[in-house]
Amino acid sequence: MQEKPKVSVTRTRRDSAANEFSFTAESIPNGGLKDVRAKAWNLFTKFSMPITNDEAWRRTDLRLLPASDFRIPKEGAFEDLPVVPELLLQPLTGEQHGGQITLLPGGSRVELDPDLVSKGVIFTDILTAEREHPELLNRLIGTVVKPEDGKFAALASALAQNGVLLYVPKNVKVETPLHSVLWGPGVDLAHFSHLIVYVEDGASVTYVHEAASPNETGHAMHAGIVEIYVGKDANLRFVELQSWGRHVWNFSHERARVERGGNLDWIFGAVGSRLTKNFSDLDLAGEGAQGRMSGFYFTDGTQHLDHDTQQNHLAPHTTSDLLFKGALKGKSRSVWQGMIYVAPGAQKTDGYQANRNLVLDDQARADSIPGLEILADDVRCTHGATVGKLEKEPLFYLKSRGIPQADAEQLVVEGFFDPIMQRIPFEGVRERFQQAIKDKLSR
Amino acid sequence: MSQLEIKNLHVSIEDKEILKGLSLTINQGEIHAIMGPNGTGKSTLAYTLMGHPNYTVTSGEIIFKGQNVLDLEPDERSRAGIFLAFQYPVAIPGVTVANFLRSAINARLRAINPDDKGMPIPEFRKMLKEKMTTLKMDHAFAGRYLNDGFSGGEKKRAEILQMAALKPEIAILDETDSGLDIDALRIVSEGVNALSGPDLGVLVITHYQRLLNYIKPNFVHIMLDGRIVESGGPDLALHLEEHGYDWVREKYDGVPEG
Repeated sequence: MQEKPKVSVTRTRRDSAANEFSFTAESIPNGGLKDVRAKAWNLFTKFSMPITNDEAWRRTDLRLLPASDFRIPKEGAFEDLPVVPELLLQPLTGEQHGGQITLLPGGSRVELDPDLVSKGVIFTDILTAEREHPELLNRLIGTVVKPEDGKFAALASALAQNGVLLYVPKNVKVETPLHSVLWGPGVDLAHFSHLIVYVEDGASVTYVHEAASPNETGHAMHAGIVEIYVGKDANLRFVELQSWGRHVWNFSHERARVERGGNLDWIFGAVGSRLTKNFSDLDLAGEGAQGRMSGFYFTDGTQHLDHDTQQNHLAPHTTSDLLFKGALKGKSRSVWQGMIYVAPGAQKTDGYQANRNLVLDDQARADSIPGLEILADDVRCTHGATVGKLEKEPLFYLKSRGIPQADAEQLVVEGFFDPIMQRIPFEGVRERFQQAIKDKLSR
Repeated sequence: MSQLEIKNLHVSIEDKEILKGLSLTINQGEIHAIMGPNGTGKSTLAYTLMGHPNYTVTSGEIIFKGQNVLDLEPDERSRAGIFLAFQYPVAIPGVTVANFLRSAINARLRAINPDDKGMPIPEFRKMLKEKMTTLKMDHAFAGRYLNDGFSGGEKKRAEILQMAALKPEIAILDETDSGLDIDALRIVSEGVNALSGPDLGVLVITHYQRLLNYIKPNFVHIMLDGRIVESGGPDLALHLEEHGYDWVREKYDGVPEG
């Protein structure tokens, strides 16, 4: 027991003397969350940089992260950086959004349907929320994801200058989807975001959050927190998509807590970043709570995407259903590590997890690690993990109908993702990601 | 007139010779049947005509409309007008019948003009519905994933649907009757018959005579050990039905190869 930490210290020193962030407590935004942020900062300073000896980071190596180079964008920094593409801001449905928030380096823009405002819906950026709703914000923040969850959670919690507070009061049904875009251009910048989605008992809403940036030369980073609360008999459909530039180191800690009879439909899409480490936990906390997690990722080049999921059945009669599908090209790598946990007494639960990977090039690698930890005796839990290649026979079949090789490959890959795509409720978002798949295949 | 000419074709799979000098000419408007016992190379012929990468042509020629087919990729062969109805159609999960067929049709249009916008969706839907009606297929079929969870009969009908939509000049039906009950067999055969005519040459590959009750061939060939050993009219199939393959084996076994 004594030797292990000693070895770690040696490694850290030898491999990356500069591998520590250079942020200071001066960077903490001075607003309504001052105390929460200070506490998180304090925790952050106590966490050391994760290394591959840490179980959760075994397959994701941060030694090349130029941590000390990153600085926080100044207010108004976006004015001198590439602008957010119009395509990202287009309405999700034929009509308008219920609301849209654009989060930029050092700024933000917020729109919300006045009708929703009158119903008590809050959908605003975090700095505005600190000014206008400090009490509510202080009550909600840190209840689902805590700074204790890890170094990057503590960092984002302390320094997030970008973020969203979505609060839907009891029994309010929001019919039109809400949309936020986190646009993080720039080199050597650190973007921090904190999303709080709080859906009170009996309420319902659909919310799509996208994080994106252009491809640039150099490095940038993002660390984010997503906290989701789904109250009793409430309904949330949450879609999150990331198409970070290939120079971005992306970290996120996400957790959803679903109360009795609540229902969460959680969809992840990932095509961007240089490296991603994402922790996503589903806590089914109340009897009869349900959660579905659907994810897709497509990596190419030297991208490295690591998704760590937990389905925690903490109450009886809870149901979870996870399906993550990924395709890989070039020398890219994906990791999916999933755990279904059933707490003692959480009887009659039904947990499912599956991870399917399509490895398109010999040098790409997908790691798929399912896991079960079941402490109740009357449950049904199943899992499956596969890593496969593009098969010859389907391609020959498609070609025999006149479809050229490249188009045939594209059809098979699109087909592989189709069951997940069908879960994305907006054609516009679906098309954008289908385009990303197309671009990656032709790259 | 399009003509498919197979000349002295030798084909190996993993260094094992399967076709040992097969020759056959099919003109548009003709229906040919190749019959033969299992393991004589009937399916090898079908796959080789379509260009399956596992089959190596060691000598011989395949000429279609004056063009050397062996130089063409499978998709080019298809666009040139060759169609293979597979014995075991492959499932393509996630790709609907409609999406797949539209891709196939648009690939044809784009081969002619790379800037072609593709067949307009309303026109495509109308065409597809008409063809499905002819084949007594539920229109919901178009939205199902291709061959994924299809019954044997559905798979074969889907093959004929593709043939109807792609309008080939030469169609090869590889054991299309296998796994079909009598009703499905009739529907599939009616589909083929509806398509046959002066513009289509058909090569029916079958183990049993029963399909030929529905699709009437002009020419019947018997294949044995990688070659065509007997050719004749429809009566040859009936003769086989009555007497089996033993007389063919007796007649040709022991004949030196070459």
